[in-house]
Amino acid sequence: MSALNPIAPIGQAVLGLLRTAGAISIFAWRGIRAMLLPPWYFGQVGAQLMRIGFYSLPVVGLTAVFTGAALALNIYTGGARFNAEQFVPNIVVIGITRELGPVLASLMLAGRVSAAMAAEIGAMRVTEQIDALHTLSTDPFRFLVAPRLLAALISVPLLVLIADIIGVFGGYGVSTVILDFNGATYIRNTLDFMTSGDVTSGLIKAGVFGFIIALMGCYHGYNSARGAQGVGRATTNAVVSAAILIFAANYTLTTLFV
Amino acid sequence: MTMSTSSKISISGVYKAFGANKVLRGVDIELQAGKSLVVIGGSGTGKSVLLKCILGLLTPDEGSISVDGQSIHKTGPRTRQNIMGKFGMLFQGGALFDSLSVWENVAFRLIYADGVSRRAARKRAIAALAKVNLGPETANLGPAELSGGMQKRVGLARAIAARPEILFFDEPTTGLDPITADVINNLIRSQVTALGATAISITHDMASARKIADEIAMIYEGKIIWRGPAKDVDNSGNPYVEQFVTGSETGPIKVMAG
Repeated sequence: MSALNPIAPIGQAVLGLLRTAGAISIFAWRGIRAMLLPPWYFGQVGAQLMRIGFYSLPVVGLTAVFTGAALALNIYTGGARFNAEQFVPNIVVIGITRELGPVLASLMLAGRVSAAMAAEIGAMRVTEQIDALHTLSTDPFRFLVAPRLLAALISVPLLVLIADIIGVFGGYGVSTVILDFNGATYIRNTLDFMTSGDVTSGLIKAGVFGFIIALMGCYHGYNSARGAQGVGRATTNAVVSAAILIFAANYTLTTLFV
Repeated sequence: MTMSTSSKISISGVYKAFGANKVLRGVDIELQAGKSLVVIGGSGTGKSVLLKCILGLLTPDEGSISVDGQSIHKTGPRTRQNIMGKFGMLFQGGALFDSLSVWENVAFRLIYADGVSRRAARKRAIAALAKVNLGPETANLGPAELSGGMQKRVGLARAIAARPEILFFDEPTTGLDPITADVINNLIRSQVTALGATAISITHDMASARKIADEIAMIYEGKIIWRGPAKDVDNSGNPYVEQFVTGSETGPIKVMAG
């Protein structure tokens, strides 16, 4: 009996996963195609740049400053065990630019942006606004999905660049105020140690993470089930899947950049 | 199936199922240009699915749907875009874009699909709003600031703003009080006549059907079981139609236990 076969649920789960992966791949392809081919809705791109980029500055800035500060304290504590306290600026900058800046900023954006996109597009699906776009001779992929993907691709690396700077200054603040580092020396050590590869690898990660954030928000919103519960589930799925994919992509990209 | 070349809309042998649920089971409709057809039927009889198939939002499993002799579903994107350009649609819930003002909703197709300048589009939007008895003071309001009846009127203004050849109405009076419903019915009738448009409406509101229809067709269990002039609907001789028109619990239509 198939119902008693212990393999069957595993097979069903794998098939479901493959089906979802296929659906997301097709969705991403349609989104990329809509991004590259006209018509382009520049007004929509501008609006999304404001929403994803400008309005996310506070949350990304606060995340970065506290992360940089905590990182400096931890490195100082750990470094003191083998008289390596002086490496705080070096490790803070590499930690922030290569890893914590892009990953933590993107996770915060997954919570803020993916959720907002899934909720907005999901509500549009439920209230037939996406069907209305079709009847108004407007392709929803070009009007809704492509501007969000493009805006996230542009704004997330910019946000991460800002997060890098703020994060380093978070470490600088703690190091100079609490740990008695000399400010000029801290900055000089940071700049001497940091390479352009540290920053660019983080920014490339940020671009990929930005695409994931917008893709998950749009995909789950676009395929939202009917009703408030459907939109709620779409929002949750968008955040969870974006976060998991960010971690997976981070590992993959890190193996390429080390 | 033969297709009448003089028909504005030709629906031939359309089947649509969702899994085991066979919703449309061979729908045939020919509609001449300038005529208003109202499809009546109870909940779950396939009215909305039929409308979505005609609009190209759903693809039938079998059969063909043509507008001016051009198939909606078996055609290239450009031809399909041209066909969609002939359509105007009033959704059941209005489906107004809540991120846009009233006039931007009305002018949506003009701005985003037809390339009309915002200034000219705004003028045409205000003219369209006047046709549905809404003054220019409503133009800058948001959809959330409007009553249900006003939202329907804005939806109607949006449907007629680009002067479409074919208009679709999905339950145009659902959720409205009888007086507001009558206002909407009169507006629909007058605008369809003024535009010389072909119209297909779906409703279960018999007062609305009588007012806006030249012809009425009844759908039951996924098939058109009766069609005739609107004036004959009360003397159809069809027991299903008679039961539906009188709203009687007894008759051949099986009523699901609440």
